[in-house]
Amino acid sequence: MSRASALRRWWNRVTRDPRKRAPGSDRKRTLVTPEGIALNLTLATRGARLGALIIDLILIGFAMMVVTIALIYLAGGVTKVGAAVARKDAIGQALQFLFIVWVAAMFLFRNGWFLFFELSPRGATPGKRMSGIRIAARDGGRLTAEMVLARNLLRDIELFLPIPLLLSARGGDMGGAGLAAAAWFAVFMLFPFFNRDAMRAGDVIAGTWVVEAPRRKLAAAMSTGNAARGGVSAGTGARYRFGEAELSLYGEYELQVLERVLRDGRPDALAAVHARICAKIGWDPGEGDERAFLEAYYTQLRARLESAMRFGKRKADKHSGAA
Amino acid sequence: MALVETLRDLGRDLGRESRLFGGRRAAAQDAAIAKAALRSDRFRQEREGDWQRLEAIISRIERGRLRSLSDADLLALPVLYRTVASSLSIARETSLDAATLAYLEGLVQRAWFQVYGPRQSLATWLARFLGGGWSRAVRGMGVDLVIALAVMVAGTIVGWLLVASDPDWYSTLFPGGGGDVRVPGASRAVLESTLFGQQQQSGLSAFAAYLFSHNAQIAILAFALGFAFGIPSLMLLIQNTATLGAMLWLFDRQGLLLDLAGWLSVHGTTELFAILLAGAAGLHIGRGIAFPGELPVLESAARNGRRAATVMAGVVLMLIVAAMLEGFARQLINETPVRLAVGGSMLALWCGYFFAFRRDPEALR
Repeated sequence: MSRASALRRWWNRVTRDPRKRAPGSDRKRTLVTPEGIALNLTLATRGARLGALIIDLILIGFAMMVVTIALIYLAGGVTKVGAAVARKDAIGQALQFLFIVWVAAMFLFRNGWFLFFELSPRGATPGKRMSGIRIAARDGGRLTAEMVLARNLLRDIELFLPIPLLLSARGGDMGGAGLAAAAWFAVFMLFPFFNRDAMRAGDVIAGTWVVEAPRRKLAAAMSTGNAARGGVSAGTGARYRFGEAELSLYGEYELQVLERVLRDGRPDALAAVHARICAKIGWDPGEGDERAFLEAYYTQLRARLESAMRFGKRKADKHSGAA
Repeated sequence: MALVETLRDLGRDLGRESRLFGGRRAAAQDAAIAKAALRSDRFRQEREGDWQRLEAIISRIERGRLRSLSDADLLALPVLYRTVASSLSIARETSLDAATLAYLEGLVQRAWFQVYGPRQSLATWLARFLGGGWSRAVRGMGVDLVIALAVMVAGTIVGWLLVASDPDWYSTLFPGGGGDVRVPGASRAVLESTLFGQQQQSGLSAFAAYLFSHNAQIAILAFALGFAFGIPSLMLLIQNTATLGAMLWLFDRQGLLLDLAGWLSVHGTTELFAILLAGAAGLHIGRGIAFPGELPVLESAARNGRRAATVMAGVVLMLIVAAMLEGFARQLINETPVRLAVGGSMLALWCGYFFAFRRDPEALR
């Protein structure tokens, strides 16, 4: 991509109407599945990833501590029992065995934690799961064991080496060399801030990225109520029919705001939107029947916009041309 | 994965017989649901039975309970996935219900992760890895192996020459070796005692475990540093082999070169080979980033990175073997010819495995 087009894109992004820009729209990526369906992925925020990492590190630290304490406890028991019954070298062997278990456990916690969980069907460590994110292959293909291996082996230079180094560089025992090394490793730590896809160095060499893992419940269908179906309010019996002129005022953006208001169902919001629409279409806003009015308006507006949509005409919002 | 693909095909065939589309009919038959006014909502009401069935199946798989799924559900999964994916494409063109669209987007994405996700268990992966995947990855980075080997040989020679020209270098290469008797000027008897007669030493297995953990971490570091165009990996190789060269010089002065070689070779052929592979893997990544060729940089880095990661999994295995040899075999075998025989046969074994064992891992199905 040329510099000029990058600049133009940036300018368009900055000058776009902020209302039209959905939050986090620069994190949206599209991926085409083998069936030809375009999937919309949302990249995880750096904050969510940092949060996930901190949770994981705390869990790893906790697991290491528990294992260490349990082994020390066991070792203590062995010594007490052993002193009474066994020969000297038997104790030695038992303690040796415990030491091996400890070394292996520490190695596994340090290197295996991320591997194990990211290879599971969820593709996420406990920390990532809590933050609602997971890893995925960047090319839209299968996530393979090699990818998970590659992205996690690099954690060593991103995390486990620089943090102790940064701490010791602050103390200044290593002088200039320590500072230089710290700066060098800081490059790896800050890598996600220098690319659009927020990839770590590990993501780059593995061909993966971290995306949000959606988890939504199916909400109720909107047009099943009385008011929606016949335009007749169940409460007051009032009949709401809107004409062409009244429905042509709004577009898809307003429709979706209205949908949110109806789904949330907060009375003050309903009343405010009701008053606003009545003022716009020149009706006299009554009181007490806002919900039925809005459901009827929503359904008729959506029917109008959707039938136009079937003919390929869309109206993004109230500012754009007639549907 | 082969299983799931077969099932997917089978499911498609069965789906044509329309036995598997029971979900949609059931939803339509449910008279308790009021008929919606909007065409797009009716579309949704006709299909939401399928959607929810897919969601239930996916949730179970995500929880790792693949085994608890009934055969009918497992057969239905690929069909349902396609059904819901097509629902999504239709809904995108006909519906303005933001909540339903968001739900469908999320559901198709989750299903896609499962249908195309890592369906390779650790066992299958290991079987393919050992049955040809590892050695193929090693052969795939031939150039890097040659460079890394050259660098290691050069490092050893440099270490030797440095110490030969000025013995003070020895303390620079082995910093903080306060209690070590292996210093310039040590007598032949002292040096010999470090090579032989340590069978009585206790704590061998614990020592082996510690060695493994330590060496594996260094190998991972050599690999990870490859990200910076491979140069730090090479520096790490030079630094490590320079100490080797210095030690060779020290023992050579007392005429113990062959005995040291024997002592080292027991585990050294395996361990140095592993370090060679780790360094080459790092270099392979660095080369992928610095010289991507015709591919985009990111793709080239990812391709080389995955190959190098496979090699690294093997390096960790080799280091376990090396630690076993170092902790047990070296201390228990006390004669130089036997030690050389063990080390040499290990080397032959690894070379044979990597370069003569050419089997296609995909053949393992």
